[in-house]
Amino acid sequence: MKVVYCDALIIGGGLAGLRASVATQSEGLKTIVLSLVPVKRSHSAAAQGGMQASVGNAKMSQGDNEDIHFMDTVKGSDWGCDQKVARMFVNTAPKAIRELANWGVPWTRVRKGDHEAVIDTKKTTITEDDNAHGLITSRDFGGTKKWRTCYTADATGHTMLFGVANEALKHEVDIRDRQEVLSLIHKDKRCYGAIVRDLITGELSAYVAKGTCIATGGYGRLYKTTTNAVICEGTGQAAVLETGVATLGNMEAVQFHPTPIVPSGILLTEGCRGDGGVLRDIDGHRFMPDYEPEKKDLASRDVVSRRMMEHIRKGKGVSSPFGDHLWLDISILGREHVSKNLRDVQEISETFNGIDPADEGPAGWMPVRPAQHYSMGGIRTKETGESQQLSGLFSCGEAACWDMHGFNRLGGNSVSEAVVSGMIVGKYFTDYCLENEMTIDTKLVHEALEEQTRYIDEILSRAEGEDVFDIKKRMQEIMDEQVGIFRNGNDLQAAVDELQELLVKSRKVSVKSKIKSANPELEEAYRVPKMLKLSLCVAYGALLRTESRGAHYREDYLKRDDANWLNRTLTSWSNADATLPEVSYEEIDIMTMELPPAFRGYGAKGMIIENELSVKRQVEVDEIKEKMKDKDRFALQDSLMSYDLPLNYKDKNERYGVGYE
Amino acid sequence: MSNAQKKGRELTFSILKYNPSKKDSKPEFVEFKIEETAGMTLFIALNIIREKIDADLAFDFVCRAGICGSCGMVVNGKPLLACRTLTADYPDGKIQLMPMPAFELIRDLSVNTGKWMDAMSVRVESWIHINEVHDIAKLEEKVDPDVADETFELDRCIECGLCVSSCATALMRPDFVGPAGLNRIARFHVDPHDNRTDEDYYELIGDDNGIFGCMSLMACEDHCPKELPLQEKIAYLRRKMVSLK
Repeated sequence: MKVVYCDALIIGGGLAGLRASVATQSEGLKTIVLSLVPVKRSHSAAAQGGMQASVGNAKMSQGDNEDIHFMDTVKGSDWGCDQKVARMFVNTAPKAIRELANWGVPWTRVRKGDHEAVIDTKKTTITEDDNAHGLITSRDFGGTKKWRTCYTADATGHTMLFGVANEALKHEVDIRDRQEVLSLIHKDKRCYGAIVRDLITGELSAYVAKGTCIATGGYGRLYKTTTNAVICEGTGQAAVLETGVATLGNMEAVQFHPTPIVPSGILLTEGCRGDGGVLRDIDGHRFMPDYEPEKKDLASRDVVSRRMMEHIRKGKGVSSPFGDHLWLDISILGREHVSKNLRDVQEISETFNGIDPADEGPAGWMPVRPAQHYSMGGIRTKETGESQQLSGLFSCGEAACWDMHGFNRLGGNSVSEAVVSGMIVGKYFTDYCLENEMTIDTKLVHEALEEQTRYIDEILSRAEGEDVFDIKKRMQEIMDEQVGIFRNGNDLQAAVDELQELLVKSRKVSVKSKIKSANPELEEAYRVPKMLKLSLCVAYGALLRTESRGAHYREDYLKRDDANWLNRTLTSWSNADATLPEVSYEEIDIMTMELPPAFRGYGAKGMIIENELSVKRQVEVDEIKEKMKDKDRFALQDSLMSYDLPLNYKDKNERYGVGYE
Repeated sequence: MSNAQKKGRELTFSILKYNPSKKDSKPEFVEFKIEETAGMTLFIALNIIREKIDADLAFDFVCRAGICGSCGMVVNGKPLLACRTLTADYPDGKIQLMPMPAFELIRDLSVNTGKWMDAMSVRVESWIHINEVHDIAKLEEKVDPDVADETFELDRCIECGLCVSSCATALMRPDFVGPAGLNRIARFHVDPHDNRTDEDYYELIGDDNGIFGCMSLMACEDHCPKELPLQEKIAYLRRKMVSLK
């Protein structure tokens, strides 16, 4: 029996996991990071447009602060987020940006004097302050009041990931790639590590640790059309679900990005629209202002995606062999801007579609249609990032439902969350590993390892059975067609029924190649049943949630129902033979909110079923504001909703021109 | 009839298969025939082969968008990112695929570029060296926008290994730091956050396994999918390093 011992086990080597590893390792904890792929190839690298943090240096960002970032994030979430977590996040984000600058991320900087920007399709001259020259600049993104998205051209995730990965190498973190977690070792509500398969040799090992942190990213590959990398199959969430004890949160909260390119589904960053690009229809008409007069092309992602599909349904899409699509026009930004700030977009469009988006007029328009992009749901945690049920199990980044995104994430808040949660949860995780010794029963480890060994052997020894590729393909089609942007009870019920059938079938797959080492079909064979369980959590959660909130949109329940549905969906899977998860709900308490539920400022009006407590809390908030009117914004915030942060993360952030105000 | 409905031409793939971990495995080219579809990339083609013909075929993809650097392989003799390579670019429909040389072969088209790149990163100490840590609650240090852009330009390396697999020195000298390693040094050299001196860099690359190993054949620059200015940077570093002795 191969057993590896360490203090801190981190599963997933993207931005969140690597940042957490720096936290644990620098406190002297023996840390191991396990990753499916070489860590610098993690999906974090694919984030293009940028990272939100209220640094407020550039002209269009000045006046920004944590309060505004907080409000944008809560509205974006459609009031589904945990407001304390959102507060923890916004206060740490500027520190994260600056830490990354220290680690060598070459943030694009403010350049003094005039520069041209395209705002609302008009060329506008912006004059940057002389004194801000050389500070970190930011661009515009959807759903934000200020220009808040910091960037390195459109390769932001790449430079961030390399910065953090290099820092982890500097700290001599033990990083082991091509390793996959199969299950978690746990007993009596305490997690002791994981059973892990080496993807080269096929060998199974038990990794035993004081604390285990899962940072494996999202589950976009449950869908057929997705911007996600092929590794985003939700294996981390599945390992947690299969403990039967720990819960997943809001799995039905799935984001669809407005502008993946057709047909490959590769993302074209929101920075395209942030920098002034616009969506056009079959007639070349810029249609978003017709639907969203205020935020236009830059309403939140859930809203823009739905408006696009609505417009296509009206017959305004462009037909193609790959289905109807719309156009994304960035040619109006000019060749120089495209080649410098949207270079990867240009490269993707030229390579995959043969279109140079800097070409003027229709020749440069890129075909786009919304597709799956981000998983707001994930491993449900407390504010510290620890599972609510399993002690010693933590999660951060997209893998987690921490929950700062609620039912819709803002563009630029993903890589930001990855790093910030790596800092905050990484610290709480460190404390846990330092404070908690453990006694472990070797029999428990042995049994956990035996169980997975048996499972793999069983698949390999099955002479005949179902084809795993067929099952996977059907699952992805169902998710696209029946659990997509527009959802309704009939389709969701049909999806749940068929996914259950597929789950039963998936337990009887056989593989053609019987070797134990690197065997792609075997990997599919043990992953697909896990993916089906996650798909069922998404589809069943969506079926039960009879309201529309953020990215979860029910055509048969069009309103956001604060009276009945201001809660988080929790799913667990205690019976391994079951074909449906157990579902419960966690209430979100309006009376402790800093920002009580209201209209988001975009999307259709009059579509809220009010909770009577919203008004009651608003009255309270107004009274507190009145009472505190002589105090500064920090004191006011503290009296509205107090929150904690470790290290110096609660400190005030210094800003250009305003100091610590 | 639209492109997607029209029957595509037949593509013939010849793929080198070999599993070094199995004693009875011998390297051999195996032929696969599939029908071409509109806009087909090697990512799409290889997945069809795996799903329909040979479930056992090993290859690596992650982002499938030319961003993560996972899928370098030798296509008709040239190292390329497979995800960005269109089958339409091969008029006779014959495509030969081999794993990249210079890296440890895992199996078939899958090579261990990650291991190589991590070793390179550690060797050139691919991280910021500073004496004093800047307080992250305070305003960040200013950086000239042009210098930030220049650093970014060199930070765009995705560690795909195409440069290494096309480098004659790297193939002859397994300990050569490679174009990617030299570019990494150039990247920290321009970064104002890093306080290493030219002498420090000389310690890392001032020998035949470093900057003086390069024979200036420059196949690295020809094959870099990110079009990094490798020729210019390697020449610059060599002048710098020569001037130190």
